[in-house]
Amino acid sequence: MRLVTFTRLNLLTILALSMLALTPQAHAASATRATEFKLENGMDVVVIPDHRSPVVTHMVWYRVGSADEVRGKSGIAHFLEHLMFKSTDKIPVGEFSKIVSRLGGQDNAFTGHDTTAYFQRVSKDRLGKMMEMEADRMVHLRLDEKEVLTERNVILEERRSRIDNNPSALLDEQMNAALYLNDPYGTPVIGWYHEMEKLSRQDALTFYKHYYAPNNAILVVSGDVTPDEVRRLADATYGKIPANPDVNPVRHRPSEPPPIAARRLVLKDPRAGNYSMQRYYLAPSYVTANRSGEAEALDLLMKIAGSGTTSRIYKKLVVESKLASSAGGDYSGYGLDGGTISLYAVASDGVSLPKVEAGIDAVLDDIVKNGVTEAELARAKRSYLADYVYESDNQATLARRYGWNMAVGRTVADIEGWPEAISKVTTDDVKKVAAEYLNPRASVTGYLVPDESGVAKAEDLPPPSPNGVLR
Amino acid sequence: MLGLPRGIATVVRTVARLNVAVALAMLASVLIPSFSQPAAAMNIQQIQSPGGIKAWLVEEHSVPLISLKYAFDGGNSQDPEGKAGVANFITAMMDEGAGDLKSEQYQERMEDLAMRMSYDDTKDSLYGSFETLSANRDKAAELLKLSVQEPRFDQDAVERIRQQLIANLIYADKDPGKVAMREWYAQAFAGHPYARPSSGTVDTVSKITRDDLLAYHKRIFARDNLKVVAVGDITPAELGKLIDDVFGGLPAKADLFPVAKTEPIPGGSQRVIDMGVPQSVAVFGLGAMPRMDPDFMTAFVVNHILGGGGFSAKLMEEVREKRGLAYSVYTYIQPDRYTSILVGSVATKNASMAESLDIIRKEMKKMAENGPTQADLDAAKSYLTGSYALRFDTNSKIASQLLGLMQEGFGPDYVETRNKKIEAITLADAKRVAARLLKPENLIVTVVGKPAGMKSVIPAALRPVAAPSRG
Repeated sequence: MRLVTFTRLNLLTILALSMLALTPQAHAASATRATEFKLENGMDVVVIPDHRSPVVTHMVWYRVGSADEVRGKSGIAHFLEHLMFKSTDKIPVGEFSKIVSRLGGQDNAFTGHDTTAYFQRVSKDRLGKMMEMEADRMVHLRLDEKEVLTERNVILEERRSRIDNNPSALLDEQMNAALYLNDPYGTPVIGWYHEMEKLSRQDALTFYKHYYAPNNAILVVSGDVTPDEVRRLADATYGKIPANPDVNPVRHRPSEPPPIAARRLVLKDPRAGNYSMQRYYLAPSYVTANRSGEAEALDLLMKIAGSGTTSRIYKKLVVESKLASSAGGDYSGYGLDGGTISLYAVASDGVSLPKVEAGIDAVLDDIVKNGVTEAELARAKRSYLADYVYESDNQATLARRYGWNMAVGRTVADIEGWPEAISKVTTDDVKKVAAEYLNPRASVTGYLVPDESGVAKAEDLPPPSPNGVLR
Repeated sequence: MLGLPRGIATVVRTVARLNVAVALAMLASVLIPSFSQPAAAMNIQQIQSPGGIKAWLVEEHSVPLISLKYAFDGGNSQDPEGKAGVANFITAMMDEGAGDLKSEQYQERMEDLAMRMSYDDTKDSLYGSFETLSANRDKAAELLKLSVQEPRFDQDAVERIRQQLIANLIYADKDPGKVAMREWYAQAFAGHPYARPSSGTVDTVSKITRDDLLAYHKRIFARDNLKVVAVGDITPAELGKLIDDVFGGLPAKADLFPVAKTEPIPGGSQRVIDMGVPQSVAVFGLGAMPRMDPDFMTAFVVNHILGGGGFSAKLMEEVREKRGLAYSVYTYIQPDRYTSILVGSVATKNASMAESLDIIRKEMKKMAENGPTQADLDAAKSYLTGSYALRFDTNSKIASQLLGLMQEGFGPDYVETRNKKIEAITLADAKRVAARLLKPENLIVTVVGKPAGMKSVIPAALRPVAAPSRG
């Protein structure tokens, strides 16, 4: 799911999110920061010491997400994540979070297309207890029928809050469904309502028993702890759980056919407020890149094209032509199956969306044709390296960065080699990925139109294109 | 690929964003002896610059970063009558050019220096945050100084930001949660500056002029209403010079409008605002003890048990865990400078809103009549004391925490004494304060959506003669 946001100030948030999985290793820190090892049962462990404060972040990442669901059971990965807080043979119903809380800790969990993660932030002397509890629910979950049905209502309310009450989120959902013809990324992480309301206890247990196992999980601990301590505690907890030989270490997903037609859609909604547009393109991710440096070049391309007030799109559309009140773009490169380039703009009062779209396309065409300047590239690189240093201030952010990368199959060496990989990207590399991946046929464009009357104005329809393909 | 957190991440963010003081009051305590105390590890120095500006400093030289947080008394309650939104406008203008640097030049310079600067407004304060890499400290501080002392507020930048702010307001007008909160304040504080929408309205923001921004800047950016905290790679002498450079040129005295102390209008009311959404959102609240009231801390603990403690809280237990009525339900206490409130929110499908609010009222009443149990109190104390250190694990978080203490008039020793205050709370205290705090008959409720079977119930005495002061 993409973050859809229209305020200019939130661009920083978008950037931070897109940076979650990155580790530019700047001069500030030593070349290797994390220690990595494997338990005998195959569970991966990553430890990232930070001794400034006596607390730790403890995370377990499963190599399973909503894109691994059986068709027709959308939302089961996320539903199970909720149900993991119910009970085990040792922990009574609803007590998991309460125990963490009584120990002065905070806990939560989240689900994505490729991964599901559980975490606690606690005082370092509680780490052993957290591992004990997390290991316990990895294999001893107990689900009561009534509890399951009650929680199903909770996820339906969650869907209403996040998606159904929010036209931008609805547009995002529709666009993803149109962008992916075959890949399960087209199905929302939270699920389609009509399938969510039928999910059962048995669906959850089937998913759980197959995917939740130490050899399908990654333990990430950051904070005031040493690798030796983590190894000792992990051996005594997770280490006792037998591996599940049925989990296939290679994750097979239906893949996309060659894209041949640009897709377009219009969502008319009385709650839309402003006229806005989004566009998503299929692109490779760090995992699926065709050649080394490709994903890094895409990151730099979108930083220059669309990130913040110094970006080309913002300067052109918002500052100069004033077609849009805000506009920008982003590259999301941490999907197992692929990445995406995304663009957005909110039309200025009285400006039609096709005009805004043409304005963005002119910026992109210029980059495809003429590339970016050395100065722009240098600034973008500096900015990424600085982001790394800033993020090294936060142990929870570090834990997420390593966990997410590992969950999609990247290694500690990949993560810690990122700054160097970024620094090697040339303006030619950027130009090349721009030409290759700003491909209209691999894109979907969505308009969000405020529509009090239920009738769209003519100018909201897409303009005719000379080539029959819009970009 | 945005994850879907199961729990209360949103709530936590909301609380933290609304008021630094809230988070502080909640967490400023350490008791569990096994915890290393943040205060012990953290040497809070009180410094005075050669120019006479006082600041707190925590030196942390292990990461090459400096985080500076500062606040000027006088937030959006200082907006001139009829010009609601000026403070918010200023927060978006501070990187739009200063001194000789026009907007674009200023922003590129910021990016070249990897300097981070942001502003935020609350009812009572204007917050600034500045972060720099140690290596760029002097140059970044020079840029910050320009913005603090000589913002340009160029007309084209003013118009550009105005369009963004208006787009945001139009967007927010369609967000049931935001509308419910805005209308709650309008209802609770009719006639007081706190009743005004904090970011203004489309109408007021359309009327704000460059002169309004200049006038606000001149009144509010001064030295006698300034609080400064620094954390990171900087010595006391270096910090003294930096804050003299940045703030020394400001006027000695701020020129603040008087703001009267106030309380939410007692007597209770319920407003239903129609919006075509599948899920209604309610905001509910009443008056609470001011920050310096001897019962404040106890009230804080009582609120934690009722609705502030995530999955440990009664409301979460009754509304979500037992009945599956909502994804999110919570309360918090917010002690503003001129009032204090206990306020909460719940979002549920239209058919369930009446039932959910009924449960919430019943739980409040029960807590008022019986108070919490000893086990509830012990669990709350254990969390509030034990989780303290989690608030001090990054430079930036430490700076925010300390700034809140400074603003409330506490000394650095608060960090060490706070735990004892929480521990000293007895069950008798909690019962007494629960009865004093929780008066469901005073509950002011605003609901946005199409809640089944609910309509506005506003006692004649509470109906404002004219529209509340919204301008």
